[in-house]
Amino acid sequence: MTGKKLLKAIFAVAALASATSMAMSEPYDDGQSKTYYEALKGKKVAFVPLSMGFDLTEGWNAGLQNQAKALGYTVDIRDPNWNVEAGVQAANGFISDQPDVLILHPLDQQAYNRIVPKAMKAGINVVQINMKSVTNGDAFVGTDWYELGYKQAQEIVKACGKDSGKNGKIAIITGQAATPTIVIGNQAFDDVFAEHPEIQVVAKQSADFDPAKAQAITSTILKQNPDLCGILGVWDGQDGGTAAAIREAGMNDQIFMVSSGGGAQAAACDNIENGSFDAYVSYDVPGQARDLNAAVKILLQTEPEPGSAPFALYTPLKVITKDNMNASSCWTLEQLKASGG
Amino acid sequence: MAHGLSQERIVLMIATGLFILFSVTLNGFLSADNLLSLVQNVSILGILGVGMAIAIIGRGIDLSILSTMPVSVAWLLNLINGGMPIWAALLCALALVVVIGAINGFLIAYVEIPAIFATLAMGIVVYGFGKAYLAPIDAVYITRTDAWFYSIGSGRVLGVPTPVIVFALVAAAAYLFLRYAKLGRFIYGMGDNPLTARITGIPVRPMMLVQYIIISVIALIAGIVMATALSGINTRLALSTMVYDVILVVVLGGIGLSGGKGGIRNVVVGTLLIGILLNGMTIMNLTYTVQSILKSTILLLAIVADTLLNPRDEQTAQHGDI
Repeated sequence: MTGKKLLKAIFAVAALASATSMAMSEPYDDGQSKTYYEALKGKKVAFVPLSMGFDLTEGWNAGLQNQAKALGYTVDIRDPNWNVEAGVQAANGFISDQPDVLILHPLDQQAYNRIVPKAMKAGINVVQINMKSVTNGDAFVGTDWYELGYKQAQEIVKACGKDSGKNGKIAIITGQAATPTIVIGNQAFDDVFAEHPEIQVVAKQSADFDPAKAQAITSTILKQNPDLCGILGVWDGQDGGTAAAIREAGMNDQIFMVSSGGGAQAAACDNIENGSFDAYVSYDVPGQARDLNAAVKILLQTEPEPGSAPFALYTPLKVITKDNMNASSCWTLEQLKASGG
Repeated sequence: MAHGLSQERIVLMIATGLFILFSVTLNGFLSADNLLSLVQNVSILGILGVGMAIAIIGRGIDLSILSTMPVSVAWLLNLINGGMPIWAALLCALALVVVIGAINGFLIAYVEIPAIFATLAMGIVVYGFGKAYLAPIDAVYITRTDAWFYSIGSGRVLGVPTPVIVFALVAAAAYLFLRYAKLGRFIYGMGDNPLTARITGIPVRPMMLVQYIIISVIALIAGIVMATALSGINTRLALSTMVYDVILVVVLGGIGLSGGKGGIRNVVVGTLLIGILLNGMTIMNLTYTVQSILKSTILLLAIVADTLLNPRDEQTAQHGDI
């Protein structure tokens, strides 16, 4: 939070200055800082998440609010609670309110295809976070799902492939079919395994992002393939169920489990610590919150004609294992609320 | 039931047929380990099915159990994670579900709202209240695993997974309650014909209160099994279609929606059919979509067979199925 610190420092200087001389009440201007603060103050940002109440959106929002408070603009949220139609309505409502920036978090690649151009036509700059419609907004901040899938598949090749001395038998527990995570991620899995014919996918099943289904499917797969080497999961929220089935079968040492997600402490690092996950590809929500804030600040300052200068901030991914895990590998919402963004 | 082939028997026959088919054609299906996990994988569905059966036999329905379950357990875990002793947190969660059940029963019995609407609305209220005040974050994880409590859903007793044992216990208790307890017998009377039951002197209204409280408590039990099996629970379950799966298990087993008929045996049979299907299809590595098609086709088949073999007559029709 350099912005906040800077602001505090400025206030301190200002307070000091005003105490000594009434004439010197203006904060110090280094030639750019004054226009920076003026450009951001009083602006309106609107945010339509997929739903509040889960680690990713709560984490981003903590960062957004911290920065908005420090710099004197507002971030309003309308929570559609996992409902695409409600999301479209919320976005439409915001468009008529004319915010300066609209942040969208689409469930799939089609959901906001009409909303994005509509908002831009109305003069609003659009940021899409972590999942992208087919239509580009002014900025995309988030995961390259192909890279994520590629990294996950590489981890399992390392553990079960040619040089590992293992048999190469793996299972994939995938998720809800239409989401970019799954569509694009599966493409990456296929591409990696095409280069590694020793990897044999003995089972590929969808658990529909439901940990209970993941547990049921995994328990059956494990009994059917007692010599399985590894399992590829697609999201930590679902993979907890997969891990529970592995633990119950007493196969933690044998199965190499690869998961991915936003890197929240309880969903990720706790599971790496207790051996449920062997490798975890994190899209690092604190980093995304910072990127999201950066995108918002850039758009608020430059005020580009919507669609005239689109840019993307793909998230640098972190591969976390027991060996490289440290205190800063994961995050908690309390930390982000205190100092995130 | 007077008919030679009740729906329960048809479903049992289909289940047995599939069982034999899978045993012959699928490697590893018949192993004891696989059969145990087959039952384990549907035991939460089964426990909820028992609760739903109690509602439906009394000519009601409870659509709120899929909110009550995750919300009460998410709160329970939040309390424990916040440092409250397990027993105290359990009492809090129990109090919560009793209140939810009592409100359900009150709305249905005294305000006389049809059960389907009362519990539909209550489900939304419970989820909303839970998300606002009890568990603002969807996914709540179990952060420590040192106490007995955590082995409820993930342990084994004499080689049998504990969720199977809990399912068996809940089913046995409900069976005894419906069959031998006075209140249990009255529920059948109430389901068969509520007006007659009332004229006969059965305290229909207080009974409904108790009925829905029992159902809520069963939802809490199912939730505890689920959370301790999966090391956490997600309140988003309230938005899922799982409640239909639960109704399906009950109706498929042969408990008519018009009330007064069937018992816990039907729930067990319905649950087992779903379990065999899911297990076999996972072994065959069918995709999610094909699994859904096969599942629904077999369910339709069971219902069609029942309609052909047990045609509706004037007497059954006037009960007015939902």
